[in-house]
Amino acid sequence: MMLARDDQDSLRHTPLHALHVSLGGKMVPFAGYDMPVQYPAGVLKEHLHTRASAGLFDVSHMGQLALRPKSGKVDDAARALERLVPQDIVAIAPGRQRYAQFTNVDGGILDDLMVANFGDHLFLVVNAACKDADEAHLRAHLSDDCVIEQLEGRALIALQGPKAEAVLAKFCAAAPAMKFMDAGPHEVAGLACFVSRSGYTGEDGFEISVAAADAERLAKTLLENPDVMPIGLGARDSLRLEAGLCLYGHDIDTETTPVEAALEWSVQKSRRTGGARAGGFPGADRILAHFDHGASRRRIGLRAEGRAPVREGALLFADAAAGEPIGKVTSGGFGPSLNAPVAMGYVPTASSALGTKLFAEVRGQRLAVQVAAMPFVKNTYKR
Amino acid sequence: MTTTLYTSDHEWLAIEGDVATVGITDYAQSQLGDVVFVELPKIGRTLKKAEAAAVVESVKAASDVYAPISGEVLETNAALASEPALVNSDAQGAAWFFKIKIADKSELGGLMDEAAYKAHTA
Repeated sequence: MMLARDDQDSLRHTPLHALHVSLGGKMVPFAGYDMPVQYPAGVLKEHLHTRASAGLFDVSHMGQLALRPKSGKVDDAARALERLVPQDIVAIAPGRQRYAQFTNVDGGILDDLMVANFGDHLFLVVNAACKDADEAHLRAHLSDDCVIEQLEGRALIALQGPKAEAVLAKFCAAAPAMKFMDAGPHEVAGLACFVSRSGYTGEDGFEISVAAADAERLAKTLLENPDVMPIGLGARDSLRLEAGLCLYGHDIDTETTPVEAALEWSVQKSRRTGGARAGGFPGADRILAHFDHGASRRRIGLRAEGRAPVREGALLFADAAAGEPIGKVTSGGFGPSLNAPVAMGYVPTASSALGTKLFAEVRGQRLAVQVAAMPFVKNTYKR
Repeated sequence: MTTTLYTSDHEWLAIEGDVATVGITDYAQSQLGDVVFVELPKIGRTLKKAEAAAVVESVKAASDVYAPISGEVLETNAALASEPALVNSDAQGAAWFFKIKIADKSELGGLMDEAAYKAHTA
């Protein structure tokens, strides 16, 4: 069999790199960073521990940006950002956060991100692989209204799972009162942090932005709690897949509109046809046409009948035998909490109804799969 | 008398007479992580040395297992279908993949003994 060997040269390190190595993390290249794919416990145990207790994730490779309005009014930064995303940014109240996408002129997705209103400025968290392009995109379009700053000196730690609140409460008095998608500056273990109640696992939890110099101390403090286990990228991917959450570059990209991607819920009425600030973002013609008349294809969830994982790239067919493929799997694998394969992919809208029987081609065999509701595992957000 | 040999691709073969029992090494399972699915060759299939014979899937990825030698598949390990995690707990014992009738004993000459394999993975 072939085991992967990767070139570790020229990879960037997060402020927690030494901690990962000391914890026995198996380091792999990811988005230009040397990151732990798993620790000695392994992906399966790490995944199940996060769903049962609490997991600590280093997501410092992600981009953190501040968007400061030159006028001093955060509303002006919000209005400016609305030129690049189909979301209602103006309506994000101070201390709240919202999921958004940067779109391109064709209505495709350049990146997906979180936008928080910190009162006097907006705080953005973007994907690692896109962060430099995102920063350039923001500078190119918003520099008249905003000062754009990539916050290079910060780490980002996610604490996820049913025990995350109890653990964080010991170090952050404000944590228990926060609701899902609350976000703001809070002290954690005496350190000035930005804390949001959000994550990428489908579980209740928090994401904590901390100065790089303090990151290891904070991570160690949280890990001292016996309920907290360090979690690598492997389980991060299986957790988000079970939660039905998109991975940029796989489930969404420049070829998919938010409607095709089944992300309509993330586009508020104010930006849709007939809304107070309808359109006015890149690709609005195509995206609003998809809202008004439907899109020809759609992102769907898939469950398999057998135990063989159906992975990214597998072609989807309407028929067990002949025929051209009707779609493709964009993410797939084994869901440890479901103890079964799970996948997501794109199919013609006519074949996207729940329960539609399809076939996925895996190593030349067509395996029976069924369109299934997402999230595959019920989320436990504290709303 | 059983002789165990290894490939540089991390398969083991236990040779008894003209039959070889094939699996993946403990080192390989430790690198793969938690095994969640194993696909085995059909009994009666004639394998050529180095062709993909089986697939072992972890949560993360699918990996091919190559035929370490040529020959006909005589038997496969049904236990792996219901309990793929056996590959993690007993890779070089209960989690054998398939038994093959050795077609050409000269192919065994290219394989490693335990000491050579240990050096290979060191």
